Amino acid sequence: MSLESLKERLEAKTGCKLEIVENPSVSAQHSLLVQAKDAVAVATLLRDDEGYNYCSNVTGVDRPAREVSEKVKVMKLVEGVETEVEETQKRMTAAYLEVVYHLFSMTKHKYMVVLRMRTLDREARVHLPSLTPVWRSAEFQEREVYDLYGVLFNGHPDLRRILMWDEFEDFPMRRDYVEPDDYEYEPTAHDAVLRKTNAHWAEAGEGEVGQ
Amino acid sequence: MSTFSAPAMELTPKPSYAADGAQLLEVSMGPQHPSTHGVFRMDVALDGETVVKLKPIFGYLHRNHEKLGEDQSYIASMPYTDRLDYFCSMTNNWAYALAVEKLAGIVVPERAEYLRVITAELTRLQNHTSLVGFLMQDMGASGTPLMYAFREREKILDLFESLSGARMMCNYMRFGGCRVDLPKGWQQQAQSVVDAYPKFLDEFEALLTSNEILMARTQGVGALSSELAIAAGITGPMLRASGVNYDLRKVDAYGIYDRFQFRVPLGDHGDVYDRCMVRLLEMRESLEILKQALRDLPEGPIQDPKTKVRNFKPKPGEAYGRIEAPKGELGFYLISDGSANPYRFRVRPPSLINLTILEDLCLGRNIADVVIILGSVDIVMGEVDR
Amino acid sequence: MMDEALKQELRKQGIVATTLQELYNWGRRNSLWPLNFGLACCAIEMIATTMARYDLARFGAEVFRPSPRQADLMIVAGTITKKMAPQVVRLYNQMPEPKYVIAMGACAISGGPFKQGYNVLKGIDRYIPVDIYIPGCPPRPEALIDGFMALQRKIEGQTITGEGRPDFMKDEPSCDFVVPEFAAHDLLPTSNQGVWEAPQLVNITTAEKPGTVKA
Repeated sequence: MSLESLKERLEAKTGCKLEIVENPSVSAQHSLLVQAKDAVAVATLLRDDEGYNYCSNVTGVDRPAREVSEKVKVMKLVEGVETEVEETQKRMTAAYLEVVYHLFSMTKHKYMVVLRMRTLDREARVHLPSLTPVWRSAEFQEREVYDLYGVLFNGHPDLRRILMWDEFEDFPMRRDYVEPDDYEYEPTAHDAVLRKTNAHWAEAGEGEVGQ
Repeated sequence: MSTFSAPAMELTPKPSYAADGAQLLEVSMGPQHPSTHGVFRMDVALDGETVVKLKPIFGYLHRNHEKLGEDQSYIASMPYTDRLDYFCSMTNNWAYALAVEKLAGIVVPERAEYLRVITAELTRLQNHTSLVGFLMQDMGASGTPLMYAFREREKILDLFESLSGARMMCNYMRFGGCRVDLPKGWQQQAQSVVDAYPKFLDEFEALLTSNEILMARTQGVGALSSELAIAAGITGPMLRASGVNYDLRKVDAYGIYDRFQFRVPLGDHGDVYDRCMVRLLEMRESLEILKQALRDLPEGPIQDPKTKVRNFKPKPGEAYGRIEAPKGELGFYLISDGSANPYRFRVRPPSLINLTILEDLCLGRNIADVVIILGSVDIVMGEVDR
Repeated sequence: MMDEALKQELRKQGIVATTLQELYNWGRRNSLWPLNFGLACCAIEMIATTMARYDLARFGAEVFRPSPRQADLMIVAGTITKKMAPQVVRLYNQMPEPKYVIAMGACAISGGPFKQGYNVLKGIDRYIPVDIYIPGCPPRPEALIDGFMALQRKIEGQTITGEGRPDFMKDEPSCDFVVPEFAAHDLLPTSNQGVWEAPQLVNITTAEKPGTVKA
């Protein structure tokens, strides 16, 4: 059962547009990217018609904007003649939060489908539909994604912080999260700790240590 | 950091009332409670002794495994996996190694596969043994069954210690194999433990399973239907106690599990008694696997020589690897961006997801049943909160 | 104080001479009641210590009390997260005097392997005083027993009069330790200043190595 045929069947039944995200690693676990507005319909179809009744893993991924340089071929006037020249261009990728669902079947078959949804950005438009009404097992895991990444799931029955306390305001698994500065002591040879310790003491005006 | 507002949360809950207008008693069970198996908390509302609301509260042991995993190299996360489900370090190691092996396409030599099966099944034995002991403790059989269980567990921990150097935090497996080969005489020692185990199980079962008090406390308590179990993603012995035949050792046949003859015990009613019995029967099947594995253990290398230890950088991509841990499906989801650290390091914790239906099982039961229902789920907080 | 030689001589004759202080300490050190309180991995080794093979009952400390009101020893066995820290301090406040704390394992001492976690408290001694530190991840049951014996020696050496008497025997009432509160980014306060101060920072690469003699 190939992912392409599954995609075609789902597209024919729902009339929505799905995209296959290639996975270049040897595991070859390619995934289906679904638009937020179609997610519940696609998920219900996957559960009822395709037998994916078991949602194993739900997780968030933070994708902040990063600079990529790519080689682009452009037409340029070189010595009065228009020729094709390769040029390196830098651009910023889109920033978004991603939620990944790993689906299996407990009773029918043993294929896996990876379903992905993306938010529009990382700041204000972080709403995604909740798939908890389709798979109950997503309940705590979506709460966790909200807690650690700040994705807001529309239609989730009980969207509260699950691991951190309620008064907490940050989303600690985001890649730009800055943790509280409590590295007062014990600079070790471990690079990351050493960096944090130095930053702390530079701020306190004590100079660097343990270089 | 962000500009949007979180959904409104009720920080000061109002008192709740039963249908007849009586005010409900709200009890916070945990985080320090002798029967919550760690720092787990349940907010329970009681009408008399009957549970009318139960909200689990997590995070008291949230040790940031996933954040730490993203900040360090792949191999540096291996000792951390020991501390996820701290009863079962061997299976945690295996699940993580399996996910990385899928990500990087590493082949494991045959002897290492056998060693993995042997250590994983020993882990399953000691986990189920202690769980049954703890469950008896929760029922009020204070001390004695747990002492029996820990006596047997120590024998297995001795094996782990002579193999890996540590009783609990074994840190034994590596990508593409295992860290060290068996010490001299280990196989005979393991064989004698495996041979003596059925006698202990007979004794344990004779004392417990037909015990009238145990049957009265557990039969029909916390029954879980197979439909709800599938929908809520319950895995492991808890799922099989509800009659769903889903064991990843059979379904995925990861490693070399297709070479062994063993049966998958299934329950009928999905109640606490069935969960207990399924675990006792699973131990017998684990012993069968162990006998075959110790008999067939081949000679050979224990580590794939092509796998780099230092500067290990898998190609960009992602992989989800899962195994049948003693508590259920333990999965690792890794995203690589081609650097030495994983871009995303996610643990799929069976204990957390098995708690999804805790409220459904406890509603309408007595508060005393909550304790044994929670005990029969088999949670370890290190894995629930990570 | 009675002469030690005379005391030994009397003991040979079947006469036991002792002081109230000795009797008091002897009774306390052999009947420690730990709080039934497991946090993480170390708790399993703590349970294993009470079980058949290691048998903590030999040291008079096998009765783990589920209530802090009945306990006089808190074994902080495992990682203290920031979410759990207020509860740990509150439990300590609820224990009656005299009370002791064993920090079991690397996490309770300093945060251990999880020190870099955003939700991990870097050592319980930031909020409550600790009597015995037991390193290890997790410490073996033998190590816990050794820590127990060290605590027993510590209790044995306590005086009940004079300047060296414990805080709870002084006239001023023993203070309650501050329970941290959850704030938007971290706990407040981040440490109890009366109990803990940041250790002096030492540059480990330029500091003199202990035991080296300057030429």
